[in-house]
Parts: sequence; structure tokens; C-alpha cells
Amino acid sequence: MSTTTAHSVVAPGRRTRFVAGLLVVIYALVTMVPLAWIFLTGFKTPPDSISYPPKVVFEPSLEGYVNLFTTRSRQTPEYMESLPPPQTWYEELVRSRHMVIAGPSKFGERFLNSVIIGFGSTFLSVFLGTLAAYAFSRFKVPLADDLLFFILSTRMMPPIAVAIPIFLMYRTVGLSDTHLGMIILYTAVNVSLSVWLLKGFVDEIPREYEEAALIDGYTRLQAFVKVVLPQMATGIAATAIFCLIFAWNEYAFALLLTSGTAQTAPPFIPTIIGEGGLDWPAIGAGVTLFLLPVLVFTILLRKHLLRGITFGAVRK
Amino acid sequence: MATVTLSGISKQFGRTRAVDDLSLSIASGEFVVLLGPTGAGKTTTLRLIAGLETPDDGRVTIDGADVTATPPAGRDVAFVFQQYSLYPHLSVFDNLAFPLRSPARRVPEDEIRRTVEQVAGMLRIGHKLMNRSTQLSGGEMQRVAIGRALVRQPSIYLMDEPLSSLDAKLRADLRLELKRIQRELDATILYVTHDQIEAMTMADRIGILSEGRLVQIGTPREIYADPDNVYVAARLGQPSINVLPVGVLPAPDVPANAFSIGARTEHLRIAQADATSANARLDWIEHLGDQNHLHIRIGDFRLTTLADPASDLASGEAIRVEAAAALYFDEDGKRIR
Repeated sequence: MSTTTAHSVVAPGRRTRFVAGLLVVIYALVTMVPLAWIFLTGFKTPPDSISYPPKVVFEPSLEGYVNLFTTRSRQTPEYMESLPPPQTWYEELVRSRHMVIAGPSKFGERFLNSVIIGFGSTFLSVFLGTLAAYAFSRFKVPLADDLLFFILSTRMMPPIAVAIPIFLMYRTVGLSDTHLGMIILYTAVNVSLSVWLLKGFVDEIPREYEEAALIDGYTRLQAFVKVVLPQMATGIAATAIFCLIFAWNEYAFALLLTSGTAQTAPPFIPTIIGEGGLDWPAIGAGVTLFLLPVLVFTILLRKHLLRGITFGAVRK
Repeated sequence: MATVTLSGISKQFGRTRAVDDLSLSIASGEFVVLLGPTGAGKTTTLRLIAGLETPDDGRVTIDGADVTATPPAGRDVAFVFQQYSLYPHLSVFDNLAFPLRSPARRVPEDEIRRTVEQVAGMLRIGHKLMNRSTQLSGGEMQRVAIGRALVRQPSIYLMDEPLSSLDAKLRADLRLELKRIQRELDATILYVTHDQIEAMTMADRIGILSEGRLVQIGTPREIYADPDNVYVAARLGQPSINVLPVGVLPAPDVPANAFSIGARTEHLRIAQADATSANARLDWIEHLGDQNHLHIRIGDFRLTTLADPASDLASGEAIRVEAAAALYFDEDGKRIR
């Protein structure tokens, strides 16, 4: 008998791992460079942000963030002289550009709108989706297959294809530029995804669990809350992330249906005008801040997400 | 504990008749086993009693009250499922306490603790109470599943092949324990299985199911020794009964309308024989240690029987096989008594 070092059939070899790693790095670079660029732009001064050739090394400035949150007006040197000395660092920064702060910008409001509409519609989509998925999975719903197909079919065209009818409908019923209108719209788009994803998760939970609870004296609703929901946590988390990402990033409907009260951040950010055109550092700052909530949400639910994406393929 | 009666129960799923005009009465404190192959309607019968299915026809009564239309929670039954009965997100303790914490019951928490600990002790899982239910071995999981039923004192315990997913050794252990616990609690149990040993060892009465019908019900002894038909005869006995056309096997007092003869080990007489008296050949002997399985060829037929390992029969020998007594069946498989 001779001893040989056996290669494992399942563990990847060194070369495979190297190639796989390289591909991941390349992919990461391709996707990260634009993000990194917009992140850096947020810390440039307006002249640096449009200089050519583009500056990779520059002196960081918070001007973009200050501009993002304020509106400013240019004043004559005489007026500037007459003012008391600036109280804060950002006032000083603005005055160095021969301007004074006229008031807060609309960014805070728009950001809050995004939070309300994004999380509101996510909650509603997942809530409705959970109930519908449970019903489709467990009860004899008449025409269940047709209904499921109908729900799925709402995703077969790009949502924007129905933008005009929705625009007209919303204007008629007074939902244009309202939070409720946007929440309903995003929920309507997301609920099909939510029903289908969650139905997969409910199907995976053996119905014996609820039957045992029913026999033990629980009602159907109690059994659902105590037995099914805890086991659906993973699916609900994954679905919530998908729904939030859609609602958070949605641009076209928001541009068309909102203008003031309920305008979300995506249509607002690219319209930030500085002196002599778009204020790129402020836009960079806005995008950076805009990315944060989804990033945090995704990181918090990360371990569920991985299983969510591969659901059905992996057994616990 | 209470008497449970099924009268004329039928249940159809699509085109299949899962349960067909089944009537059965289980006395208080009785251990009844329903035995039958997959698809015989065993599980459906349990689910009909539990209220997880509604019968198309017939009535279910528990302790005299008609519960045919009562939802599961109102029936006061406990169910042990074949698998999947433990909640993966709960500890062993919480799993066992789950039935007692039902809003319909409102048992005080200290009483829950006492009951759970007592049941866990009885099932010898007292030291595992704080474990997550997913960290248990198969045998422990099944004990917890049985424990979840035992924490209550329902009218009847319904058990759906609770031991079938376990290995042979564990199954034998739990079989004994289950019977012991049933005697201790004087529990009424309807137990469903396809394992004849479980049926023989635990049952007060065995009901044989075939295609949704209750073919025969009686004590294990009756079912074994006095089957109504060839189907029932084939359900019990290891190795299973040898059914041969009449005439192949020499036998005394064969009834005139007999079509086939059923011979178990205890019916057969086997002896070494010379060429003139031999009617069979010993094909093969399986040595199982405490006993031998003999595979015999007689005419165009085969039969399998047990033999004393001390016997000096050898493979390939010519032998004489006779039936001393046997079961006879007519053309339709009905027993001729």
C-alpha cells in the first residue's frame, strides 16, 4: 500500500480558487468604481469636481454636503462686509464663496419622503404578500393557479408602460403627489414578487406543524402567528429587502407622479443646481447619503438574504 | 379517556376512496392498532378522528358526543405525527409546553413546568429540556413528539407511525416504553402502522385495513390464527404465510370448495426423504443465528418457512413437506372454516 495525497472531489483546487477570486475582484471593481467615484465627488469642491483631467487626489471638502442641505444666495461684497462674523464652520465655508445661507434645502424633506414611501410600501407588500402566500399555500383557493398567474402577469410588462393611465387615474382620484398614492403604487408593483417569493417559503413549511397546533387547541390565526411566522422569518426578511430596494430606487414613477409634497429623493437629487450648472459635489453627497439606509438594512438582514436568494435549493 | 366510535365513515380524495364505509369502536383504555400497507387509508382515518379532514359520509363520536363537524381544537384529541412534529424555533421544553400554552387551555405556568418535567422524565429526556429541538437525535425527537401528546390527558391519542423513521433498535425500545406508558396512564390509543411487529406487540386489538375498508378486527391472536381471508392472513407472520393452490401440498381434511391452502411455519412438517417419498427440494437455507429460513421448491411453487438451526437439513436435499393443519381459502380468497 502506498500513501498518496488525495485531491478532494468537492473542495476546489488552488487554481480554481484563484480564477474564481480574480473574477470576483474584477466584478467588484467594475461595480465599485462608479460608486467610489460618486462617493469621492461628494467630498470635492465644485471646481475640482468638473476639472479635466479628473482629479483622483484632491483636498477633501464638505462643501457638497453643505450645499446639499442649504440654499444659498450670492451677495455684494459690501453686504458681506456688513455681516457679523460667521457663527459656524459651514457659514464660513459658504461665505468664502461670497454667498450666504438663505435657508435649508428640500433634501431632508425628500429623503424623509423616500423613507416613508419606501418602508411603508415594503411593509404593506410583505404584509399582504404573507397573508396571500399563506392562503395560496394552505387553502383550496378557487382558481388558485389562474390567480397566481394573474398576479405574476402584472410583472410581465415594465411598470412604466402603464404610467400614463396611472397618471390620469391618480390625477382624477387625487392621489397624485401624495405619500399614500406612492405607497399604493409601489405596493401594487411589489406585491406580486412578494406573493410568489413567500409562497415558496410557506410551501417549504410542512403543514403538520399547524395541524399539530390546531389539534392542540390553537385557532388557525394563532397557529399561523406562533408556528408559521417564526419559520418564515428568513423568507420575510429576504422579500422585504427586494421590495425595499425596488421602492427605494424607483425613479420613473416618482418623477412622473410626484413634484412637491411626496417627491422622493431619486427624482430630486439630479436636479440640484449650483452656480453654473449641476452641483456635482452636492449630488455626490446626496447619492452617498441616499445609499446608506438600504446598505444598513441589507447588512442587518444579510444572513437571511443569502438563504432567501437560494431558497428551495438549500435545505436547513 | 373515552370511547371513540366511527360509524360508516367515508372519505374521497378526487377519484380515490381513501376511507370506505369504515366503522370502528375504540373502548376507553384500549390500544387499537390499524395495520395496512401504504394507501390503505390508515392516516386518513386518524385525520378524520382528529378533525383535520371532514368525512363525506358517516359520523365520529367521542364519548357519545357527535363531533363530526367539530374543528380539531374542540375534539380533545392528541396527535403524534410521523415526522415534522417538533417546532424548530422552540426549545424542547417549549415544544412540550406548547399544547398546554394554547389560549384555549390557560394552564398556569408552574403547572406546565411540573407536567412537562414529569412527562420528560417518563420519556427519559429530562436532561434535554433546554436543548433546541433541532439538536436532538432521531430517537429523542420522536420521544419529544410523543411527549407533546402525553402532556395532555385527551380523550384519545392518535399516533401515525410514530416509530417508522427510527432505526430497528430504537424502535424496539420505544415500542416497549410506549406500551408501558399506555398501561401506566390507562390511555386510549389508536395507533397506525405498517409494521406487524408493532401491531402484534402493542395492540389490544388489531384492525386490518385494505383500500379504505376495515377487513377484520380482533386480538392479535385472533388475527394471526383465525384470519377471515387470505389478505388478512398475509399481513401477520414472519416469514409470511405460504399460499399455494390446493393439491400441491399434501394435507389432511381438505374442504371440498377449497381453492388455495395457506401454510405457516407451524403448519408444516418437513423431513429428509428418499427419492420415492420426496415431494420437494430444499433450495437454500438462510442462517439467522437463532433460526433458519428454509427456501423450499415444491412443484412449480416456492415456500419459505422457519426451521430449528439444530436440524441437519442441508441445501439441495430432497425433502418431504406436508401440512399437518392449514388455513383454507375459497376462490375469492375467503377463509373456509
